[in-house]
Amino acid sequence: MNDETEPVSAAASWIPGSTGERAHDRGAGAGEGAVAVRDDGDGADGDGADGDDAGGELEKLFEAETSEGDQELALVGETDEMELLIERGAVLRLPEDAAPAVDSGPDGGAADAHFGDGETMIINLGPQHPSTHGVLRVMLELQGETVLRSKPVVGYLHTGMEKTAEELTYVQGATNVTRMDYLSPLNNELAWSLAVEKLLGVELPPRATWIRMLMSELNRISSHVMWAATNGMDLASTTMMIFGFREREMVLSFFEKTTGLRMNHNYIRPGGVAADLPDGWEDDVSVIADTIAGRLDEYDELLTGQPIFRERTEGIGVIGPDLALAMSATGPILRAAGVAWDLRKSMPYLAYEEVDFDVIVGTVGDTFDRYAVRLNEVRESIRIVRQVVERMPSGDYKVQDKKVTPPPRARIDESMEALIHHFKLYTRGFEPPEGEVYASIESPRGELGCYIVSNGSNKPYRMHWRGPSFVNLQSVPALLRGSLLADAIAILSSVDPVLGEVDR
Amino acid sequence: MVEDSTASAQPAVSGEVASGSVAAELADLAGVPVMFFRGDEILFPSRERYLPVVAALKGAGFVMCSDLCAVDYLTHMARPLPEGLTGERFEIVVNLLSHSRRRYVRLRVQVPASDAVLPTLFYLYPGTENMEREVYDLFGVVFSDHPDMTRILMPQDWEGHPLRKDYGVGRVPVQFKESPGPR
Repeated sequence: MNDETEPVSAAASWIPGSTGERAHDRGAGAGEGAVAVRDDGDGADGDGADGDDAGGELEKLFEAETSEGDQELALVGETDEMELLIERGAVLRLPEDAAPAVDSGPDGGAADAHFGDGETMIINLGPQHPSTHGVLRVMLELQGETVLRSKPVVGYLHTGMEKTAEELTYVQGATNVTRMDYLSPLNNELAWSLAVEKLLGVELPPRATWIRMLMSELNRISSHVMWAATNGMDLASTTMMIFGFREREMVLSFFEKTTGLRMNHNYIRPGGVAADLPDGWEDDVSVIADTIAGRLDEYDELLTGQPIFRERTEGIGVIGPDLALAMSATGPILRAAGVAWDLRKSMPYLAYEEVDFDVIVGTVGDTFDRYAVRLNEVRESIRIVRQVVERMPSGDYKVQDKKVTPPPRARIDESMEALIHHFKLYTRGFEPPEGEVYASIESPRGELGCYIVSNGSNKPYRMHWRGPSFVNLQSVPALLRGSLLADAIAILSSVDPVLGEVDR
Repeated sequence: MVEDSTASAQPAVSGEVASGSVAAELADLAGVPVMFFRGDEILFPSRERYLPVVAALKGAGFVMCSDLCAVDYLTHMARPLPEGLTGERFEIVVNLLSHSRRRYVRLRVQVPASDAVLPTLFYLYPGTENMEREVYDLFGVVFSDHPDMTRILMPQDWEGHPLRKDYGVGRVPVQFKESPGPR
C-alpha cells in the first residue's frame, strides 16, 4: 500500500498548497468527530490504510476518486519510445516536405529539445474549468510554461445517446440527437432527418428544403457568434463575450418564435419541418441579417485589428493541411489549414448548389486563421440567408405522405383516416426498409455524419453519430505541442469542441 | 436466401452501379464483394484483406477516414449481404472520403464474436485513433497494434461494453466509483 501511495504524493508535492494545507483545513473546519467518521468510512472501504498519515490518505482518496487509469497521460519518462514517436507525428504518412514541419512543431522544435533534460510535470486543465467549454479534461505535461505533450481525457458527459436512439422510434429520434451538439441543434436534426429520408427514399418539397437551409444557416450564425463570445472570454475580452451572447440571443428569439423553443427544437423532422415559418418571418430574418452584418464590423474593430489579440493568436497552434487531413479534422480547422473542403459546396445537400456563397479558407492554419474563417463564414451565412429570403418557394413545408408526416391538426376532427394516420405515426411511427445509410452535412464544427442501420422495424437497429467535435479533439495534442500554457487556452478555444457532442 | 428476397423486393439494394464504382476501377479490389444501396457503394473485404484494401483506397485518393464505427448484429444476423458472404456478429463500418472524387466509399468488415480483433487503421489514418478507442470501449472489439487501446467514454474500470445488444439496459446498477462523501 505504502509503495503505491508514495509516487502519488511525490508527484503531487508540487501542487501549490496540496497535502499539508488541505489536511489542515479539513481538520480545522470539521473537528475531531468528523475525522473519526471519515476513518470509519475508510475502514469499511477495505482500503487497509493505516490512517496515521492523514495527508497520504487524502491523496489516495483523491486519486481513487478522480483517476481514469490507463486513459490518463503518463510522464515522458514513463512512456515508451514508440508512443512518443507517434505523438510527434513521426509515423504519420506525410509527404517528405511536410514531415519536418510537423516534427519540429510551431516553435521550431523547442518542445523536443526540452525532452529528457530537467523535470517535467503533468497538470490537469479541467474538467471543471470555464475555458474548456464544458467538461473537457486536458492533461498537459509541462516544462516550465511550455506544453510538451497533452492528451484530452473525455467521457464525463457520456449518457449513452446512441444506445438511447435504439429505443426511440424514427419520429422520436430527432428529440434525442438535437441534444448532442447543443450549440447547433438544428444541424443535428438536419443530419438525422437526411439520413432517415435517405433510408425511406422520400423526396422533399422545395419549401421544406429552403426552410431547412434558412434555419441551418441561422444556426451556423448563432453557433459562430457564440464561439466568438467564448473565444473572446478565453482571451480576456469580456466585451466580446457580452457582444456574442447578445447577437446569439437575436437568433434564438427567432428560433423561439418559429419552433417554440430556444434550443433543442425538434423542428426539422424526417419528412420536412414541424411548422411553416411564422408570418412576417422575412422581416425578422432581414433585421437579424442587417444587424449582425453591422455587428461583425464592430467585432473587426474590437478584435481583428487589435494588436494584443493578433499577437496572442497569430502563429499559435499551427496545423498544416496534411496533418489536418490525416487527423480527419474537418470544418474551420481544415479550412483554416488551406483545404477548401465544405460539404455544402463540395457535395451539396439541400439546395446549396442553387445559392451563391464562398468557402472561406485560411493560409497558415493558426488560431487567428480559425478565428477569421469563422467570422467570415458568418458573413457567408448572412449572404445565404438573404438569398433564401428573396427566393423562398411557396408550397408544402413537409411531405404529403401521411405515413411519414402527420396530417394537419384540423383534419383530425373531420377525417377518420387522418385520425388513424395521426395515431399510427405518434404511437408506432413508420418502418423504413432494411438497409444502412450514412448522411453527412457541414455543421458549424465540421462534418456531421449520421449512420443508421435499419432492420425494417420502427426503431433504428443502430444509430452512430460522427460528431465533428469528437474527431477534431484528436488534433489538440498536435496543436498544443510546444506552445505556452497561456496560449493553450486560446488554442483549445479555437478548436471549438462541444462536449455534449464529444461524449454523447 | 435472405439476399435474394431483399434484392427482388428492393431493386435499389443491388444494381444501378455503373457510374463511379471504385471497386470496378481499382485492380487491387478485385474479388471484394460490392453492394449498392441508395447510391452508396459498400465494399465487404475479409479481415485478411481489410488493410490492403484500405491502403489501396488511400492510394486512389481516399485520403481521409471520415468515420469508423461498429454494429452488433446479434439480434439481426439475417441482414442483406452480398452473395456468398457469411455475416458475423460484429461489423466494423468505415467511411472513407475522397476529396478529388467528391464521394464516400463504405467498408463493412465482418468480425466474429469469438475472435473480436481487427488490425488498426491508425498507421494509415491517424485520425481513427479516437474512433477505434470508442469502438473498443462500447463494443469490445480490439484493434491490434493500436497505440492506446483504452476506454474513452466510459470509466476505465467499467464492466462490459454498453452498445452490445446483450448488454442489460436498465438492469445494471450504476457502477460509479464509491464516493465516501464530503465528510
